[in-house]
Amino acid sequence: MAETLLSVGIDIGTSTTQLILSELSMENMASVFTIPRVTITDKKVIFKSEIIFTPILQNNLIDSDAIKTFVEQQYKRAGITKSDIQTGAVIITGETVRKENAQTVAKALSGFAGDFVVATAGPDLESIIAGKGAGTYSYSESQHLVAANLDIGGGTTNLVVFNDGDIEDTACFDIGGRLIKVDTNEIIRYISPKVKEIIKREALDIHLNEKINLKELDKLLDIFIQVLENSIGLGKESPYFDLLITNKPLNTKLKIKCISFSGGVADGITKENLQNSFVYGDIGLLLGKKISSSLLMKAFKVIPTVETIRATVVGAGSHTTDISGSTITYKEDILPIKNIPILQLSKDDESANNYEDLGDIIQEKVKWFMVDGEVQIIGLGVEGVHSPSFQFIQGLAKEIIKGLDMLIRDKLPLVIIVKEDMAKALGNSLYAHLPKDYPFVCIDSIHVQNGDYIDIGKPIASGSVLPVVVKTLVFS
Amino acid sequence: MDELNLKEMIKSILNEMVNEVSPVINGSTTKTTVGTMQSTKPQEIEEGCIPDITEIDIRKQFLVPNPVDKEGYLKVKSYTPARLGLWRAGTRYMTEPSLRFRADHAAAQDAVFSYVSEDLTKELGFVEVDTECKDKDEYLTRPDLGRKFSNEAINTIKGAVKPNQKVQVIVGDGLSSAAVEANIKDILPSLQQGLKMFGLDFGQVVFIKHCRVPAMDSIGETTGADVVCLLIGERPGLVTSESMSAYIAYKPTIGMPEARRTVVSNIHRQGTPAVEAGAYIAEIIKKMLDNKASGLDLKEK
Repeated sequence: MAETLLSVGIDIGTSTTQLILSELSMENMASVFTIPRVTITDKKVIFKSEIIFTPILQNNLIDSDAIKTFVEQQYKRAGITKSDIQTGAVIITGETVRKENAQTVAKALSGFAGDFVVATAGPDLESIIAGKGAGTYSYSESQHLVAANLDIGGGTTNLVVFNDGDIEDTACFDIGGRLIKVDTNEIIRYISPKVKEIIKREALDIHLNEKINLKELDKLLDIFIQVLENSIGLGKESPYFDLLITNKPLNTKLKIKCISFSGGVADGITKENLQNSFVYGDIGLLLGKKISSSLLMKAFKVIPTVETIRATVVGAGSHTTDISGSTITYKEDILPIKNIPILQLSKDDESANNYEDLGDIIQEKVKWFMVDGEVQIIGLGVEGVHSPSFQFIQGLAKEIIKGLDMLIRDKLPLVIIVKEDMAKALGNSLYAHLPKDYPFVCIDSIHVQNGDYIDIGKPIASGSVLPVVVKTLVFS
Repeated sequence: MDELNLKEMIKSILNEMVNEVSPVINGSTTKTTVGTMQSTKPQEIEEGCIPDITEIDIRKQFLVPNPVDKEGYLKVKSYTPARLGLWRAGTRYMTEPSLRFRADHAAAQDAVFSYVSEDLTKELGFVEVDTECKDKDEYLTRPDLGRKFSNEAINTIKGAVKPNQKVQVIVGDGLSSAAVEANIKDILPSLQQGLKMFGLDFGQVVFIKHCRVPAMDSIGETTGADVVCLLIGERPGLVTSESMSAYIAYKPTIGMPEARRTVVSNIHRQGTPAVEAGAYIAEIIKKMLDNKASGLDLKEK
């Protein structure tokens, strides 16, 4: 018997904004004779909004009121209300990720789009989400190979490398279709700062408020292509490689076998004849055309993507929500909780030698998360051990309580995320040792790292599991 | 005469065989067979020990020579305990997998034919009773007796446990004593702690030797408990001989339909960890008490 979850994905990018609704089906895949194992069995996009240009105010800030109106309209068109939405994510991507922008929009939308719709941003997460939405992740998993996706949008190109269903590496470059914008008369109306620098250094004849010179533009596009080839380990390194890195290049040693393209520019790769190269008022189509004859297409097997311009929004709607293990402990009244920073213990911390000092180790690390001398709620990530003894669990619970003493004194809820399947037993032990009815959540089968943030929603599947969204480096 | 000749022949053959085999028996390992046979001092005992082949994780053992995609194969293997990728000698298993197969099979047989150590039942303070089976052979051949108790056994139970409790926990050896020995020390305290969260507890635990699942029905009638939870060794296989199940029923009665039992199976190291199972079973018991039902009746609620 499948239970469904309605999830929303909203992508606010450099150039476009869109929304999708997706239905996630969950089922208990274990036999009736064993402990339940609820998993997401199907993800179906059931509604796609039109794609609008991201509303930007004069001062280059996102017009959050216009976004609100857009979301409202789309919900109406889809015939749903905010309260129907059970999970989802708003992702703010590309050049729009400026601190002030991201935080305002996140604030405006977080509660507005649905109770458990979380705001996310950051180039790493964007790369992963786009690669999942494009279908590259599933391809790598089903074919057991190393595949990379390049999501080429308006402002940035987000790379992700998947190895047999594992996320291997991400990268981001400031290469996109809307780094130069033109009006209907092909007069240049915008040039991004980094592109200005390249134009200056190369002494290209491309200037604001002048008609675009195709020959000169071609030289610029060649530089973009070279850096794109470099980004995935091909060709001679361009002198502009470092300049165009957004946050970091790929570091993986793995040999990439397949490559896929998503993002708006990906549509330009497959277009046969260009009637009007500037129909979108930017250089996206020409960039796409250039990619189609680049080394990128020859060096790897190019795999088709499920989504192109919608990859990120589909990723946000369909691939951000995970579900916890099915044997967990929680106090429902503290849910949902959002934006909890993760404190993941290292293998060393948890090793047998340190075991008795674990409480002290945690106490020390909790101090890292103090803001203005005050502790805040943290998600304590614990590896745990496979098939532990009862004794071990009791000891672990005591050490955790000791370690989180500062939070307990402030009556803050405890959030424990265990990797191994032991959250119910550990939760029961915590319950036994904490003050009566102390609020806490203890879940397992979720993998977190330091620097992640976690959101945990209200229980689903008759209370057996919790929806979880793990966000990597929000607003970093 | 012919018969006599034959006897002589057999005698000489046997002699030869014994002589040939004897150095091996006196030697220490099969590996050194050839060496010891040629050795001038067959009585010498070598130091050291044979590596324990059962310590190898089959999911990681990969013996295919020159595989096209070793990583891929290993990934497939990580999802199953099946004996894949162990290669062959002609049409048969190679020596190591073949020995392993026999070792696992022997462990399974031992689990069935051995008894739970009395030290353990004493240590945990169990009250021990036997069903009507006299020994393991009768236990295996007469499932009907493995669910019945003598009057004496019934009286022992009545004397030991409080009547009409909310929860009665019993432990049975079932088809694997190894399962009880491997899991019971972790599952019981975890179950108890879980029950305490709901303000519940269990009293005296009864241990049943030669136990079949329906023995719990008789215990239900004898003790008048609301919920009876039987932790019992599962029929062992080649993957593990330490798998335990919990059969739980609301007010079980002799002859009741099997559908009234709720089962949590595969409690072992590679399956559901014992501590996690204990915590989960506590929740099932709470649900049964709330709904006054178990098995399929509980599922429908």
